[in-house]
Amino acid sequence: MMALFSKTSGSFREAKGDLRLEAVTKKFGDFTAVDDLSLTVPRGSFFALLGPSGCGKTTNLRMIAGLEQPSQGRILIGDTDLTGSRPYERPVNTVFQSYALFPHLTVRDNVAFGPKRRGLPDAMEKADAALKLVQMGHLAGRKPPQLSGGQQQRVALARALVNEPEVLLLDEPLGALDLKLRREMQVELKRIQTRVGLTFIHVTHDQEEAMTMADTIAVMNKGRIEQMGTPASLYDLPRTAFVARFLGQANMFEAEVVSSTADTLTLERAGHHFTLPRKRAAVETGTVLYGVRPEKLFLSEKAPTDLPSRMVTLGPGRIIDVSFTGVSTNYIVDVPGFGAASAFEQNLDVDPVHNRPGDECWLSWDQGHAFTVATETAEASTP
Amino acid sequence: MTALAQAQIANTTAVEGDHRVKGRRITPYLLLIPGLLWLVMFFVVPMVQLAIVSIESKFPGYPGYYYLDWNVFNYANALSEFWPQLLRSFLFAGLATIMAFLIGYPLAYAMAFKAGRWRNVMMICVVAPFFTSFILRTIAWRQILADEGPIASTLNALHLLPGGHITETWVAVVAGLTYNFLPFMTLPIYSSLERVDPKVIEAGGDLYANGLTTFRRVTLPMSMPGVLAGTLMTFIPAAGDYVNADLLGSDIDTKMVGNVIESQFFRVPGGFPTAAALSFTLMAIILLMLFAYTRRFGTEELL
Ligand SMILES: Nc1ncnc2c1ncn2[C@@H]1O[C@H](COP(=O)(O)OP(=O)(O)OP(=O)(O)O)[C@@H](O)[C@H]1O
Ligand SMILES: [Mg+2]
Repeated sequence: MMALFSKTSGSFREAKGDLRLEAVTKKFGDFTAVDDLSLTVPRGSFFALLGPSGCGKTTNLRMIAGLEQPSQGRILIGDTDLTGSRPYERPVNTVFQSYALFPHLTVRDNVAFGPKRRGLPDAMEKADAALKLVQMGHLAGRKPPQLSGGQQQRVALARALVNEPEVLLLDEPLGALDLKLRREMQVELKRIQTRVGLTFIHVTHDQEEAMTMADTIAVMNKGRIEQMGTPASLYDLPRTAFVARFLGQANMFEAEVVSSTADTLTLERAGHHFTLPRKRAAVETGTVLYGVRPEKLFLSEKAPTDLPSRMVTLGPGRIIDVSFTGVSTNYIVDVPGFGAASAFEQNLDVDPVHNRPGDECWLSWDQGHAFTVATETAEASTP
Repeated sequence: MTALAQAQIANTTAVEGDHRVKGRRITPYLLLIPGLLWLVMFFVVPMVQLAIVSIESKFPGYPGYYYLDWNVFNYANALSEFWPQLLRSFLFAGLATIMAFLIGYPLAYAMAFKAGRWRNVMMICVVAPFFTSFILRTIAWRQILADEGPIASTLNALHLLPGGHITETWVAVVAGLTYNFLPFMTLPIYSSLERVDPKVIEAGGDLYANGLTTFRRVTLPMSMPGVLAGTLMTFIPAAGDYVNADLLGSDIDTKMVGNVIESQFFRVPGGFPTAAALSFTLMAIILLMLFAYTRRFGTEELL
């Protein structure tokens, strides 16, 4: 595959290395779509940009592609400053959200479009090789309107990949596919990325997609990056309430910090005390949000005894809802003074559901799974 | 899906098909009847009538009466006498089509991609001329292009107008044709450009094509259906037009075949067969050109 791409021509800029965004801001009128965003994407990594609708993901990609110019800041690949250059001058290709295939050209001509513009003599061979990579070789003679959504998606991918860009941008490329095909394409995308070793920037608002595919995830909110890290670290230790809620689910309640030692923090709410390791606390004073993921909770019918000291217990509460999902059973438990908490219990038994709504129960968890983040009101007041 | 499942599905459809075949065969033809009646009444009947007239001869001694004697020499005579006008018609129509394309394409492009909230205003400007009569507008152009009008007098003052006139020349006729058929060029092109997804144009830029190359390789080919429709809708009526040559041209060297047909029908005694023969020739040539044109551009570029 690497042999597919060699010489370039015209005003095309050769640039190799990590992708860097330095304090990039994009304003539309007086609306700030991307706000003072800085990030470095290491060369060859699979980077996911995750965030809710309208948070500026597409705008960010368009600035990297050159389809939009930043209002402030710089965009670099390696040491080459690409700010201000035209899309066709950048070693960057995009797989558009709507695919944007050329409807008047065959699949093969669509894929050969980039190499031809760069004056490569073996454009057609490259196109065929790229189509083979995405398993679309047999449909090379068709026109895009004659393809299914998943097939169009592969062609769009091949059309971008064939150029072996330094950075490949994917704007929710799987958004239009049904769940099963989506899962298949995720695996395939990951396989292709590993094989060609290009930098992929994958935009999505599907957290599961981001977590299964990416080496690094950046969670975006309102034009800013809230937190960045490996999927496991982001899930395990969210640093803001937004990340805790956006990536998976979290039980969170407000509590007061009452005491602290060199490496622990103790919080209080409704007469209960919770201790957690200091390194898991994003805020260490005042009113904070204390959080723990539902699958970390153990449900028991009696008040648990003889638990190790690192375990935290809360109860009694009352089960208000039970839902069986196959892999697990999800309970919603009302604990006086705390409100509703959700707990996911793995279905290890043949007849797993033996707790009914109305039953009394206790919740316990390992304090090493808990975390604290700033309350949303505190977060909103910080600039 | 497995091949077996596919085969089963294919089988089911085939069986269902068998039951419905009878009904399916007849219904489409029944649905065609109103259209066919329409065609027979408004197209076939007048065509046959015209075809018959084109091979009739004058009844000796009774002016205005004709009899059918399969006189195909009408065609030879008409062509040998009026070929310059026929040729000129295609030349003028061709020039007007090129001019209308050169003006109409950028106009349609601006409307589709650049106009923003002015799009509707531009659209109204393009169709507004239809609210007044074709003839009135052409007469207005005669005033505008007249020797004492603003354009000719300015050019004359600058000694830039060889011959001193715009009216009574081929320039005025081609300009009139261009003007009158411009909306027919612009609107189809606009409607096909409007359907071009701006993301597809961005994709051209993303794939190393600069603005010009993207236009040549992406936008223009994607608007070819509109260009094809626009050129036909301009060229065909322009080739048969006589109003522009009549009102803006001279009596000698700018007459088109439409003018000949008109005068043979209405002014030359016994000219009916010649007029009919010329009409048929014009139609035949246009059909041939249409065929060649759609063969060349229709199949290759459009699909
Ligand atoms: N050309 C524009 N003019 C004005 N506002 C714009 C423009 N493009 C984007 N915006 C605004 O910028 C914000 C971010 O848009 P963007 O398309 O980047 O969102 P996104 O994160 O990709 O969302 P989605 O997940 O829905 O695709 C939105 O509020 C949008 O309305
Ligand atoms: Mg988007």
